Amino acid sequence: MSELAGDTKRDLKRRLAGWDSIIILLTVAVLVVASLSISNFGTGRNFTFLVLDLMPIMLVALPMTFIIVTGEIDLSVASTLGLASSIMGYLWNQGLSIESIIPICIVAGALLGALNGFLVTGLGLPSLAVTIGTLALYRGLAFVVLGDSAVADFPFNYTGWVTGTLGGGVIPNVLILIVPLAVIFGVILHATPFGRSLYAIGANAQAAHFSGIRVARTKFWLYVVSGAVAGLVGVLWTLRYSSARADNGAGLELAVVAAVLLGGVSIFGGKGSLPGVLAGVVLLAALQNALRLQDVSGQALNIVTGALLVLSVLLPNIASSIRSNWQRRKLRRAAAV
Amino acid sequence: MSAALATATPSPARRLIGGLVRTRELGIILALAALVGYTAAGNPRFLSGQSIRDILLNTAILAVMAAGQAVVVITRNIDLSVGSVLGLSAFAVATMMSANPGLPMVVAILAGLAIGGVAGLVNGVLVRFGRVPALVVTLGTLYIFRGITYSWAGGQQVNADELPRHFLTFANDSFLGFLPWLVLIALIVVGGVSVLMRNYRVGRELYAMGSSPEAAELAGIRVARNLLGVFILSGALAGLAGVLFAARFGTVDAAAGTGLELNVVAAVVVGGVAVFGGSGTVWGAGLGALLLTVIGSALAVLDINQFWQQAIVGALIILAICADRLVAVRIARALRRKDSHV
Repeated sequence: MSELAGDTKRDLKRRLAGWDSIIILLTVAVLVVASLSISNFGTGRNFTFLVLDLMPIMLVALPMTFIIVTGEIDLSVASTLGLASSIMGYLWNQGLSIESIIPICIVAGALLGALNGFLVTGLGLPSLAVTIGTLALYRGLAFVVLGDSAVADFPFNYTGWVTGTLGGGVIPNVLILIVPLAVIFGVILHATPFGRSLYAIGANAQAAHFSGIRVARTKFWLYVVSGAVAGLVGVLWTLRYSSARADNGAGLELAVVAAVLLGGVSIFGGKGSLPGVLAGVVLLAALQNALRLQDVSGQALNIVTGALLVLSVLLPNIASSIRSNWQRRKLRRAAAV
Repeated sequence: MSAALATATPSPARRLIGGLVRTRELGIILALAALVGYTAAGNPRFLSGQSIRDILLNTAILAVMAAGQAVVVITRNIDLSVGSVLGLSAFAVATMMSANPGLPMVVAILAGLAIGGVAGLVNGVLVRFGRVPALVVTLGTLYIFRGITYSWAGGQQVNADELPRHFLTFANDSFLGFLPWLVLIALIVVGGVSVLMRNYRVGRELYAMGSSPEAAELAGIRVARNLLGVFILSGALAGLAGVLFAARFGTVDAAAGTGLELNVVAAVVVGGVAVFGGSGTVWGAGLGALLLTVIGSALAVLDINQFWQQAIVGALIILAICADRLVAVRIARALRRKDSHV
């Protein structure tokens, strides 16, 4: 964190050795090796599928990164997605137009996020417990709204847009949403005072509070944004599979948290970068996609996901303990001379 | 804590009543009583022998896991891998029993405990020696253990007709003719772990670790050893629950117990164990498991849409945390008042 001018070289060196740059290099390596060695991996068609598969995790991971950087967590995102999907199906059955349903779903997601934010910041409750509670609550409400039926007859120009590509080429339409959002979140986190304040909150919320950062208000709005994005992803998910279901996105919260932590964000807050998270999302999706093309069963991929997650937090710890050992030995040698 | 502040020793009866009123679990007991009373008034069949038996059998599996989870949460950790450990153990034991129908039930139980114990040991080693938060480790092993089960099982499942009869009847048989074995096992587990946490040194050490990990380390508590033990216990109990699950349902595939970790955490939190560690009781977690199961049955009996169940569970978790927070704030205020007199 030292920002002294003379330290920039060492800073750069440390940056390059940081976990997020390792994960970015690893992701690039996996992409290159997979497209060279797996015959169908590098095709445009597969690229479209890859992007569609990683879309929900990528979008939900953006606000999740902000929240985890402040030292909190939001486990209710997948349930918010499911409830938004249920609301979408319900309103469509009621005969509302899709143009009015989509904003309603996003606002509903924002309201659900606001409830999380209020419980965490207004009442001062631990976010892990709160969002495990709302995980069950929102998923339950999703079933209350839509039952276990599915609503399927959404207009083709919407469902077709989500699964389609720009001009029928290789670039998926949804990238028009993903790329600007990722850039906006990246710029906010890494190039604005607000972004710096998130790291300050994660490093030491009390110190941040005393230095004039409105900790509670910031966290509240992060949850609102997280809910709104989950609502948007609920809409996209529904359109992609042309199916509004209460159980849409079930279990996604774990994949999102896994991707964010894999990208080098510390679960204790205060550390991590958005490029690392984006690489984490792409790495997980690319590995799953590549292994599936190799006919490895979808569920065996769980082992890869889990192992990567554990390794991503284990390796930096091992590296740092080796480094400190090495430094201690160097100091001792210096003292002996 | 408050007993030490009392100046005179009250009579045992009074102390018992006072203890009951002060206990955090009173809220759950009242909620349970109200729920059972209301449901039974609406439909007397709710209190029939068969209905109570079903509720207790369903509670047993959840309560066994909640006992282990409660201990983990008391030490300010969490074990999200229990659902996957249950799945692994259930599938492994079911496969073993279908291949060797002659094996007695005790071997199945020991195998389940051992499989879960090894899984717990992996979690514990990673948490303690990898210096990785339990949330991350057990989130990772949730995927890993489930992945192992899937790559082992593939699409197959073990059906009830492949399992030996004595294994399946165990879930319905009763000890001395009235107490189902599953319930007896749950009572022994919840009771045993409660006594361990309440009356034994190691239990008090675990509370201390949850209240302040640093202080516990400085006080000479063997944190590493205790933490390994805690995760092994949670894993072993999830493994035991896997055996009970296989015996009760007969059909086991690789997806057994998926998502169950949230119900277990819910039971523990509703049962009054604070997520920040250091407080709560194991028998409270057992009560939490009972309450969640009773809600499920009551909704069915009252003909309320089953879909409300999960929403109610979620609302209950949030209520429980709010209540917990309220108690914590009041204790802190009382302590501050006391300090100001010194």
